[in-house]
Amino acid sequence: MEKIILQQSRDENPEPDVNQGNNSEIIQGSVFKKFFLEIASITIFTWHFFKEVFKPPYEFNELLKQSFLIGYKSFPLVAVTGFIIGLVLTIQSRPTLAKFGAESWLPAMVAVSIIREIGPVIIALIFAGKVGSGIGAELASMNTTEQIDAMQVSHTNPFKYLVVTRVLSATLMLPILVIFADGVGLLGSFVGVNIKGDVSIYFFFSQIFKSLGFNDLFPAFIKTFFFGFAIGLVGSYKGYYSNKGTEGVGKAANSAVVFASLMVFIIDMIAVQITSLLQH
Amino acid sequence: MTDNSTAIITEQDKRQNVFVVEMEHLKKSFGNNLVLRDINLVIHKGENLVILGKSGTGKSVLIKCIVGLVDIDEGKLVILGHNISELKDEELIEVHEKIGFLFQSGALYDSMTVRENLEFPLRRQIGSMKKEKIKLLIKEALENVGLSETINEMPSELSGGMRKRLGLARTLILKPEIMLYDEPTTGLDPITSKEISKLILEVQKKYNTSSIIITHDIECARLTANRIIVIKDGICASEGSYTDLQNSTDTWVRSFFE
Repeated sequence: MEKIILQQSRDENPEPDVNQGNNSEIIQGSVFKKFFLEIASITIFTWHFFKEVFKPPYEFNELLKQSFLIGYKSFPLVAVTGFIIGLVLTIQSRPTLAKFGAESWLPAMVAVSIIREIGPVIIALIFAGKVGSGIGAELASMNTTEQIDAMQVSHTNPFKYLVVTRVLSATLMLPILVIFADGVGLLGSFVGVNIKGDVSIYFFFSQIFKSLGFNDLFPAFIKTFFFGFAIGLVGSYKGYYSNKGTEGVGKAANSAVVFASLMVFIIDMIAVQITSLLQH
Repeated sequence: MTDNSTAIITEQDKRQNVFVVEMEHLKKSFGNNLVLRDINLVIHKGENLVILGKSGTGKSVLIKCIVGLVDIDEGKLVILGHNISELKDEELIEVHEKIGFLFQSGALYDSMTVRENLEFPLRRQIGSMKKEKIKLLIKEALENVGLSETINEMPSELSGGMRKRLGLARTLILKPEIMLYDEPTTGLDPITSKEISKLILEVQKKYNTSSIIITHDIECARLTANRIIVIKDGICASEGSYTDLQNSTDTWVRSFFE
């Protein structure tokens, strides 16, 4: 026989009305609260990353796969970007240098600009647009379609498998891409120099190597690891904790790019300050 | 009326109270929203228990509590004789390894082929296994759900029904003792829904699994249920066989079957 456990429906609704009042104070308060909650949440996420990254089992296969997808597949885009940066920077700088009769400084000036600042920052922004949004959208989509839950049910730590591998890949791949882009950028500059002149490749690069020092190369190289880390982490965070549904996927991708780009500028500013402090 | 030919739980089992899952005063809330108020239920060994209820009444949350995707706030949850709250992490993993979960969407990994989808849980849970053995298990799992020819396809190339069947194959490949089905026939046409319902019965018979089936599909409930529980406002409102509930004195319960 049927067992009647509940005869009467209960009175609804236990949820308090959250839409009480909409004055600017409440809105401002909620914006600040949301901002600090977001900062707290991403800090915990970062802490979680460092806790998981050293703990076995290590997902080497997934790390390699992600490095291939994140790094190798970005080479064409980075090459085109790097070449155009070098070419345009050279063409734009030439008239100003010519005014002062300093055209011979063109290779050195372009090289320092590309290697110290423009190369790492522009490539990091391109990387944030391509990889950061990709990670955000992919994880958000996996979240929406319950693939992350399915992974957990399959006795896999989804954080380790999805987040740690992607953040590590982004951290390791961006410096390689930046070095590559810098090289291609210098080639672009060589082409730019030769549009209106006749400079041998040997002379061009010997000028560059004379002008570059350890202080130009090392800080620029180190900061790209931080850029890559920030882009991977923000993309993963936005995707992993996205709202379910297609809107959540779009929002995750979009906010991953915006937030990661902002992080690139903030890290760059800090890196420049630290470098100048250390150099004096 | 419940099809008794499908019921494989024996009277002896019932007498011996062989429960695979027991819940007492289970509560779960999300913020201020109390989803599960006071859930008390048991699942017998080899039984198919169908849970009915309106959307948003916490049916999916209930089975996610069992598989460990959602932590309970209060109450007692005993799975295969183990009180979950008293288990250490490693013991908890061992218990959860005996539970299979078929997600509403199938939750197939989009970036992997059908073969890789099936390999994934095998490699994760069983670890080092010979390639030949893995091949054999995958072949067998796909044959069980009638998808042998799709082995090298991507999930996006499969129909809704095929995705559900593949999701089921991926779950069954680990030979779970308890199966949890989250709306297995949602979004499918009546014929495919019936096929999935039959598959659930086959799984019960072949592997002697105990199952909880969350559904809105009354036909699926009729075909698969040994017992049905109706959830209302976060508590078990009614319980009985399909026929019992169909003839319930409660008009709200009866409305599910109309």
